Amino acid sequence: MRAAETLRSEGFDGTIHLIGDEPHLPYDRPPLSKQVLAGDWQPDRVALTTPEKNEDLSFEWHLSSKATQLNIAEKKIALDSGQTIAYDGAIIATGARCISLRMAENLQGVYTLRGLDDAIAIRSEFDNSPQNVVVVGAGFIGAEVAATARQRGLNVTMIEAAEIPFERVLGAEMGTVTADVHRDNGVNVITGTPVESFKGQTRVEKVVLGDGTELDADVVIVGIGVRPNTEWLKDSGLVIDNGVICDEKCQAGPGIVAAGDVARWPNKLFNEQMRVEHWDNAVEQGVYAARRLLHGGQSMDPYAPTPWFWTDQFDRKIQLAGRTRPTDEIKVITGSVEERRFATAYGRDGKLVGILGFNRPRHVMQYKQMISEGTSWDDALNYAKEQS
Amino acid sequence: MGYRIQVDFDLCESNAICMQIAPEVFEVRDDDFLYILNEEPGDEIKAQVEEAAQRCPKQAIAIAEG
Ligand SMILES: Cc1cc2nc3c(=O)[nH]c(=O)nc-3n(C[C@H](O)[C@H](O)[C@H](O)COP(=O)(O)OP(=O)(O)OC[C@H]3O[C@@H](n4cnc5c(N)ncnc54)[C@H](O)[C@@H]3O)c2cc1C
Ligand code: SF4
Repeated sequence: MRAAETLRSEGFDGTIHLIGDEPHLPYDRPPLSKQVLAGDWQPDRVALTTPEKNEDLSFEWHLSSKATQLNIAEKKIALDSGQTIAYDGAIIATGARCISLRMAENLQGVYTLRGLDDAIAIRSEFDNSPQNVVVVGAGFIGAEVAATARQRGLNVTMIEAAEIPFERVLGAEMGTVTADVHRDNGVNVITGTPVESFKGQTRVEKVVLGDGTELDADVVIVGIGVRPNTEWLKDSGLVIDNGVICDEKCQAGPGIVAAGDVARWPNKLFNEQMRVEHWDNAVEQGVYAARRLLHGGQSMDPYAPTPWFWTDQFDRKIQLAGRTRPTDEIKVITGSVEERRFATAYGRDGKLVGILGFNRPRHVMQYKQMISEGTSWDDALNYAKEQS
Repeated sequence: MGYRIQVDFDLCESNAICMQIAPEVFEVRDDDFLYILNEEPGDEIKAQVEEAAQRCPKQAIAIAEG
């Protein structure tokens, strides 16, 4: 969507086809686990576009249409309706979908959350005041769902297979701080045991853990990660490996660029092949990829942003910028961890690589800028000392 | 051909994206509130202001022409 808008704003006046397998016009996903689930927003508030705006941009919409094949030699995309669309340039932005648990198949009351329809279904479950909500997987989206359910006064258990939630991204210490926010707000956080199975006839009744514990459950939300939507590209000749592989300027093949959750590209800033599942990247990369397609890549710098995301957990706004690992050195540069209002810098190989903020947006943005400039770890620490 | 910036502060969540893009115009201070430093900045930074409006995750920034 952002890519298509960019094509127009950059002066492209040919036909733009937008193909999407959902029945909805493009909408914003982050509020789904926050305002929509909470019941604060009517679902239609997430819309990213209006019929009038559409009219202006004159897109050709193909909604409820799945792209099933990309033919690069003939420059054609096949849809499940049987239609084929010829193109001069294509932007792949098919995103990702939730990984689901095979063992919960056919069991009512078990959900994943990716789309608007999922959010509406989970919300109506919450409206019926279930006794026990179980969230499987303490990723950021699972944790947001847990927080939102808890704020609605529901009884919530969050199960994480790893010993420390969020450790993979935040490291042990900061992961624990984040999990404690949940514990203090009354979420029952269980770690170190995977889910073994579910019990129930047609509807889920119990969740069974690896150590034999059985938990009552009326509603289960599974948040164990996402997988890029690349199946439709399998015979296309594009390289697929946990995403569509692109060059450093987001090109995936002749006349084809990719952006958002589905794209994997070498980010020069971190010397790392990455795929980023954040809102901000979907927008920025969408704009970049569209420009690349329209003007060619010669005059463009490689796409090398500092990834950034935010998440709302209870009354904390948590933001993380950069590329952190559990083994990074960390240093609290401002505020107090006890009060849960602080920022922590992450360093690796002598460089500043990450910044985590709990209600510290200004610091996050400042240090994000420093990460983009390749600031050394020592300089970052000295700067922090000067400021305090 | 001036223009005017309006921020819907009910929507804004002070995440400072706009500050990163156009620091001359937007500033999130230590109190965690967003301040607009200049409601009618010149055309020379209009591109940045437009980018900030587009990148704001809350779509809280509006640009009124005129
Ligand atoms: C509940 C939730 C909360 C989130 N909260 C945050 C947050 O707080 N902060 C943050 O930074 N990020 C957040 N995110 C992540 C962010 O929303 C994603 O990174 C972003 O939506 C990615 O955009 P995209 O365009 O790459 O993919 P998507 O938004 O997934 O869009 C891809 C679209 O393509 C469609 N599609 C897939 N395959 C085909 C096909 N073969 N043919 C046609 N159409 C197809 C899909 O159905 C989908 O509509 C959240 C995500 C979710 C689900
Ligand atoms: S980007 Fe939007 S939400 Fe963030 S501080 Fe600026 S106006 Fe507020």
